[in-house]
Amino acid sequence: MLFMDTAAIFSVTQISRYLKELMETDEILQDVWIRGEISGCRTYPSGHCYFTLKDSEAQLPCVFFKNARLRSSTPELRDGMAIAANGRISLYERDGKMQLYVENVEPFGDGALFLRLEQLKARLAAEGLFDESRKRPLPSSPSIVGIVTSPEAAALRDMLRVLRTRFPLAQVILSPTLVQGPEAPTAIAQALDALNTHSKAEVVILGRGGGSIEDLWAFNEEVVARAIARSRIPVISGIGHETDFTIADLVADYRASTPTAAATAAVPDMNDWREKLLEFEEELTESIETYLVDQREALERIGHDLVRLNPQYQLERLQQRLDDTSVLLQARMEHILSLRMERLKGIALRLHSLSPLLTIARGFAVVRRDRDHSLVTKTQQVNVGDELTIQVTDGQIHAQVKEGKNGHIIL
Amino acid sequence: MDTLSFEQAFEQLEAAVEALQDGQMPLERALNYYEEGMKLAQHCNELLEKAELRVQQLRITSEGLPVLEPFE
Repeated sequence: MLFMDTAAIFSVTQISRYLKELMETDEILQDVWIRGEISGCRTYPSGHCYFTLKDSEAQLPCVFFKNARLRSSTPELRDGMAIAANGRISLYERDGKMQLYVENVEPFGDGALFLRLEQLKARLAAEGLFDESRKRPLPSSPSIVGIVTSPEAAALRDMLRVLRTRFPLAQVILSPTLVQGPEAPTAIAQALDALNTHSKAEVVILGRGGGSIEDLWAFNEEVVARAIARSRIPVISGIGHETDFTIADLVADYRASTPTAAATAAVPDMNDWREKLLEFEEELTESIETYLVDQREALERIGHDLVRLNPQYQLERLQQRLDDTSVLLQARMEHILSLRMERLKGIALRLHSLSPLLTIARGFAVVRRDRDHSLVTKTQQVNVGDELTIQVTDGQIHAQVKEGKNGHIIL
Repeated sequence: MDTLSFEQAFEQLEAAVEALQDGQMPLERALNYYEEGMKLAQHCNELLEKAELRVQQLRITSEGLPVLEPFE
């Protein structure tokens, strides 16, 4: 109960009523001709007759009430008979059974017509005429659309209306033909051939409105099947109603359920193009904007590169490096000089401690020969008459060598 | 451009959109693609607006010659 809305749970009766109503309000189901073979036929004392209509793939329960039987002049029904039954389809609620409430029964070509149809179908199938591989793709937007149908039929109006609404860019070429009666098959084939020979149609719609199975019979004929098969233009079939399936439908490149559906399948919807055009315009605008933004960014990048590579800028950078280097050089130089100064001071101090001036101050003197300023430390270094300079603490004394008793005497 | 059919114009428009999306081209060509594309879109729109379904009937004369005549 977890996932159910209990209010939405139907009783069997309710859903059966609903189904019955669906069937009874459907136009096709309320007056339909169905062909098939009778089987399981039995008539009850009440006069009602029950049987099953079947073909190779499906079966349908039928009930033929006494009143209906008496109204229609129906021959005795027997198992194996090929008939077309007319009536309405509804649900027999008590048994949950869909069945045909028969109003009329027609022998359908005492089975010969159907037999012939089945034989033709088998033969064409064996030839590969129905093969999927033979089906050609439809053009996405044909500029010329061929139509093979009756010019008087409502089906043509329907098709033209659809084409006009969806794709008025197309040109339509109608190849008129009869669509029912004994002449119809050949006429249809010729009309299709004519479009192939004398037009540049890119797709052909083979159309006919709804009708009884006999009305549509022309589309079960071999000449029509052959004409479709040899058409170089892809063929769309739109014959009768949803439930009608003719040989032409099987051979056609594309089977549409009705003429209207065929016209719809033949051309694109112009509104899709309008949307596509709008999209294209937006994409164009978006692309050009993106492109321009990209270009602008690239330009900016180049601008930056230019600035970076500008000789002026390079020069400035070099200048700066030079400046930096000079400052460094100066600092180094100052450092070296200060080191030298320090050493010099040390030396000066030591020099000072060794200075002869200190010795002089203690009472010694420095004597120099004037001639050559050489230091006089021994008597032999001077001769009589040599001029000398004697350095004392506060100045100099000039003297001349004179002769004495024991060598030279300084005066 | 006025002589281009819808399909032709549409095809060229598609090509212009694709080329411009790629984006690898000189500025002038990009602008050309853009202007050309917008004109093509305009042209297509006009063709759609003006379009009127033309219906003709194919008739074969008694001499077996095809004749296309207006229908209705």
